[in-house]
Amino acid sequence: MTEAFRPLGGKLFTRHFQFMGVLVLIAGYFLIRRFIFGIGDVSNLSDGFPWGLWITYDVVTGTAIACGGYAMALLVYVFNRGQFHPMIRAALLTSVFGYTLAGASIVVDVGRYWQLYNVFLPQYINLNSVMLEVALCVTLYTLVLWIEFSPAILEAMKANRLLRFLRHILFFFIGVGILLPTMHQSSLGSLLLIAGYKVHDLWQTTIIPLLFLITAITMGYGIVVFESLYASVHLGRKLETPLLSKISAIIPWLLIAYLVLRIGDLFLSGQIRAIAGPGPEPYLFLAEVALFVFAIVTLMDQYHRTRPTILFWSSLAVVLGGALYRFNAFMIAFDPGPGWHYFPAVGEMSITLGIVAFEIMAYLFFVKKTPILAAGH
Amino acid sequence: MKIDRRQFFKVMAAGGAVAVGASPVQARPCKTLPPDAIGILYDANLCIGCKACEVACKVANDMPMSGDGAIDQAYGVQDAWDGDDDLNGRTMNKIKAYVAEGSRTDLDDPDACFIKRSCMHCIDPDCVSACPVSALTKDPFTGIVSYNPDACIGCRYCQLACPFNIPKFQYDKTFPQIVKCQLCAPRIAEGEIPACCDACPTGASLFGRVEDLRAEGHRRLAMQPGERVEFPLNQLGGKTRAAEAQKYHPHLYGETESGGTQYLMVAGVPFEQLGMPPVGDESRARLSETLQHSLYKGMVAPGLLLGGLVYAAYQHTKEDREDQEDRQNRPEQEHGDD
Repeated sequence: MTEAFRPLGGKLFTRHFQFMGVLVLIAGYFLIRRFIFGIGDVSNLSDGFPWGLWITYDVVTGTAIACGGYAMALLVYVFNRGQFHPMIRAALLTSVFGYTLAGASIVVDVGRYWQLYNVFLPQYINLNSVMLEVALCVTLYTLVLWIEFSPAILEAMKANRLLRFLRHILFFFIGVGILLPTMHQSSLGSLLLIAGYKVHDLWQTTIIPLLFLITAITMGYGIVVFESLYASVHLGRKLETPLLSKISAIIPWLLIAYLVLRIGDLFLSGQIRAIAGPGPEPYLFLAEVALFVFAIVTLMDQYHRTRPTILFWSSLAVVLGGALYRFNAFMIAFDPGPGWHYFPAVGEMSITLGIVAFEIMAYLFFVKKTPILAAGH
Repeated sequence: MKIDRRQFFKVMAAGGAVAVGASPVQARPCKTLPPDAIGILYDANLCIGCKACEVACKVANDMPMSGDGAIDQAYGVQDAWDGDDDLNGRTMNKIKAYVAEGSRTDLDDPDACFIKRSCMHCIDPDCVSACPVSALTKDPFTGIVSYNPDACIGCRYCQLACPFNIPKFQYDKTFPQIVKCQLCAPRIAEGEIPACCDACPTGASLFGRVEDLRAEGHRRLAMQPGERVEFPLNQLGGKTRAAEAQKYHPHLYGETESGGTQYLMVAGVPFEQLGMPPVGDESRARLSETLQHSLYKGMVAPGLLLGGLVYAAYQHTKEDREDQEDRQNRPEQEHGDD
C-alpha cells in the first residue's frame, strides 16, 4: 500500500463541465418553484403515488449506485485484498457525493423539511419504523463517508498533524462505514413490506431486504468497474483493466446467489404465477433477469473479463439491472389502486438531472484538485 | 500515542452508545381492540347521499371547500358546490356513489350504492408503524389515530403504508400537512360525537363503542329484507327511527380487514365493487415490524458485526498507519513546507 494518490490537475471549466452547470441552473429554477409553490407545482406526485422519481432514483437507486465505496471497503478491509487499495479513493468519492446528494434530495422531497431534525429527537423517534432506521443510518453513514474521505482533502490542504491523528482512528470509521450500508441498504427494501398489495407480486416478498442488500453490493462493484473505464477514457488515463477484471470476477457469483434466491422465493411462495399475469410487469421482470444473466454469462469467462469493451457493457448491465429492480419495485410496478397513474413531471426530472450533474461536477473538481486517483495507474 | 489511544476509546464508547441507543424491542403479537375503543358504523343501505356529513366535517375541521368544481366554473361562482370527487388535502370524508354497469343514472337500481370513505382507524395501523417521527399515534384508550403536524416531516411513508389509501397530503401548499379524519377527537373530548354522525339524518353514520357497533352490524346482516326495523340515529343508545330493511351483502367490512378497524361498514353490494381495496386480514405492520425487530433484536447482531468489522479494519489498515509513521520519521527536508 505504498502507492501515492495525486491530483489530476488540468483545466476545470471544460465544455463538459459547463454543460453540467447549465443542467444545475435549470434544476435550480425548479427548486426555487418547489420551495415557493409546493411540491405539487413541479412534480406529478399524488396521494396515490406519494413517492416518485425523487425517492426512487435519488435515494433508493442513487445510494445503491453510491455503494462503490462500501463494496470496495468490504473487499479491501474485510477480505484483505490490498491490491485494490489504489481504487478505494475514487470509489469513496462517488459514495460521498451519492450519499450527500441523496441526503440533499430528501430535503427537496419531504414536505416539512424544516422539521427534519425530529428524526433525531428521542421524544419523536418511532423504533417500529423502517423509515427511521433508513434515515438514521443514511445520515450517520454520510458523516462517516466524509470522515473516511477526509484524508484526501487533508492531504490537499497539507494538514499533516490532523492527517496523522486521523490515520490512527480511521479503522473504526471504516468498520462503522461497512456496518451502516449493510443495515440501510437492506432496509430500503424492507420499506416496501408495509405497502402490501400495492407492490406487485413479482416484487413483494419477505426476503426483499436480502435482495436489496445483494444487489446494492453488486451494483457497487459494477459502478466501480464502469466508472473506472469511463473516467479513464474521458480523463485520458491508462485503463485499470487487470484490477477491474479481478473485481468483475466477483459479480457473477453475487448475481447467481441473487437470482437463485429471487426466483426460488417466487416459486416457493407461488407468486411466480404473476409472470403469466397481464400488463407490462412480467416483461419488466424478465428484462431485469436478462440484464443480470447477460452480466453473468459475459463475466464468468476469464478472457471476456480482460476486454475493456465487454467489461464496460457488462458492468453497465449490472448497474441498469439493479436500477430497474428498484424502479420496478418502487415506481413502475407499484399500483395503489385504480385511477392512479404516475409519470415524472419535467420539473421532477430536471431536479434529479441537476443533482446528477452536480455530482459529476463535484467528481471532476475533486479528481482534478485533490489526490484521489492513484499515480502511475 | 497515549492521548491518541484515550481518544480512540472515547470514540469507541460514543460509537457503542449510538449502536446500542436504539433499545431492544420484541417482535410483537397481534394488537387487540383498545378498552374504550370508539368508532363509526356506516350503513350504505341507509345512506341517501345527501353529503350533510361532508359539510359538517368541513365545518368541524375548518377545511376549505374545493371552489373550482365544474359547476363553479360553468357559472362563474365561488364555493357553490364542493367539487372534489375523492379524499384529498382538504377533504377528510367523502360520499361516493357506485352505480352498476348499464344503469348509469338510476340510483334506484338494486345494485346502486353509496360508500363513505374516511380513515378506518385500524386496530393495528400501518401508518402509525411506518411514521419515523411518531406524527401518527393511536390513542391507547379510544383507539383514535391522530396526526401531530409538529412532529411530521412530510415523508409521506404513511400514504405508502396505508392499505386504504387514506392519509392525504397538501401537495399544493408551501408548508403542507398530512390530512386525515381524526374521528373529531376534540369534539369527543367535549362529550360530543363526530360531526359526520351528528349531521347524518338517516343514521347511516352511527357513532358508538366498537364492540357495540360490531353487534349492531351483525344484527343488520341478519335482518330479513322488507321487514320494519328500528335503526338508531346518530349514536347507539339514543334516538331511533323505523325503516324497511334492505338486502345486505353478508360481510361486516372492517371486522377483520388489516387486523380489524374501528370504522365498520355494511352495504348491499360486495365491497370490491365499492372500491374497497384488497387488504388481507393481517396488518402489514406486524410483518414489517417482526422482520425488522428480529434482525435488530437488542442490536446484538449489528453490535457483533460491528465488532468484527472494526477488528478486521484494524488488522488490515496496519500498513496504512505504519506507512504514515515512516513518512513522519523521514528527514525533515521532505516536509519542509509544513
